[in-house]
Amino acid sequence: MDGKLIYRTKLPVRIWHWLNAFTIFVMLMSGMMILNAHPRLYWGKYGANPDKAWLELPKFPGYDDPFPPLVTIPSSYDLAAARQWHFFFAWVLGIGIVLFLAYALASRHLTRDLWLTREERAPAHLWHDIKEHARLRFPTGEAARRYNPLQKIAYLGVVLVLIPLVILTGLTMSPAMNAAFPVLLDLFGGRQSARSIHFLCAAGLALFIAVHLLMVLLAGPVNELRSMVTGWYRLPEEKAR
Amino acid sequence: MTIVTRRNALVGGAGLLLAGCDRIVASPTVKAVLGYGEKATMSAQRLVTDRTALAPEFTRADLSPNFRVNGTRVPGDAAYQAHMARGFADWRLVVDGMVARPVSLSLAQLQAMPARTQITRHDCVEGWSAIGEWTGVPLILLLKAAGLSANARYVVFHCADDYHGTPYYESIDLVEAFHPQTILAHHMNGQPLSVGHGAPLRLRVERQLGYKQAKYVMRIEAVATLAGIHGGGGGYWEDRKGYQWWAGI
Repeated sequence: MDGKLIYRTKLPVRIWHWLNAFTIFVMLMSGMMILNAHPRLYWGKYGANPDKAWLELPKFPGYDDPFPPLVTIPSSYDLAAARQWHFFFAWVLGIGIVLFLAYALASRHLTRDLWLTREERAPAHLWHDIKEHARLRFPTGEAARRYNPLQKIAYLGVVLVLIPLVILTGLTMSPAMNAAFPVLLDLFGGRQSARSIHFLCAAGLALFIAVHLLMVLLAGPVNELRSMVTGWYRLPEEKAR
Repeated sequence: MTIVTRRNALVGGAGLLLAGCDRIVASPTVKAVLGYGEKATMSAQRLVTDRTALAPEFTRADLSPNFRVNGTRVPGDAAYQAHMARGFADWRLVVDGMVARPVSLSLAQLQAMPARTQITRHDCVEGWSAIGEWTGVPLILLLKAAGLSANARYVVFHCADDYHGTPYYESIDLVEAFHPQTILAHHMNGQPLSVGHGAPLRLRVERQLGYKQAKYVMRIEAVATLAGIHGGGGGYWEDRKGYQWWAGI
């Protein structure tokens, strides 16, 4: 017998999810093209070829750059076009996250669905959830109505940490913004540090996408996709353990 | 007979995907839409930035130990090479275009003018940064000396270096031209500007990226429009590769 269908994801969240998913892909792909131009990362106020890099990305086997054509926008080396894409979709990303967070606060999506409850925050509870994930055992029945604690932490990490941080460090790399808001430079420890943090946030977002997609596959891709398209989610049946 | 292996299908599929993406990237409509983003960015940055807001200035302790030379290392132009051989003794900077009194100044005259010294960060569009100390004449003084026309909207910098016969040039609008940190630098880190860094004179526009910092400046031209100047894009890289004229980000 099938489990119960519930209306789980409201329309504004679904719209933002898909728009943001597309935007993040464009940002990552154009960002990889931009990084191809100078695939060295530094800490501090300055950093160029003669200076010590903390990370130097190796060339992709068979190509001249670290990121091959299949993963970059545009596919062949074009820094100017990559920047044009990156800074257009930066607006979509920035306006999108502001509207999403405003909606999430006003509708109590943030406090009700995403914020961890007191018992979920207990280390024992989190440890239990980690063990369950490692065994690929996901909540079923009524327990599946709500996001589980690790899932909540991942989503909160994206909307409250990674996306805001990637935007702020991005702005910190702009010389015009440095004149307007020099405090950004102090906050991140200089332009090259901001560039490194920007890269780490982007890597974090890429990691999130990989795990997120894996979880969707493991939890039942049809049901998960339907809930993010139509809002309707079928509660997984309780299994005898 | 064609045998479609999984590997071939994968490579073929990837090729189709790439071709599809390339068509989207090359579409004039897509380019036009993305262009609105560039305009929005410039307008927004201008909106939140005071006209006179200074780019951050650093101390001598922050100087890059080795400020890399980028772009042209030595201009190949014969006239430039002759100037270089004579230590720029007969070199002159021309300020003309939409001005009341075109002027021509020697390096000694420029060095005798009031100068501003600033330790600033140079940000290449590729991503690297280097900090250097620049000393030079504020552009506004040169424009005042020449009597800038009320109809002028942009200042164009014509350079001695070229890339395969196409001369380097750059342009800025009057907001940047009148900015106190916009100088024509003749000294770097306390020394006369080296050839690699643009001797005898280079532009510093500190709120924009490296490609705006034109080296080997020979002539400063005030204009009402950028149309008709070389490719019309306002700069060598703008014309050649489609780099953004607004390089504040």
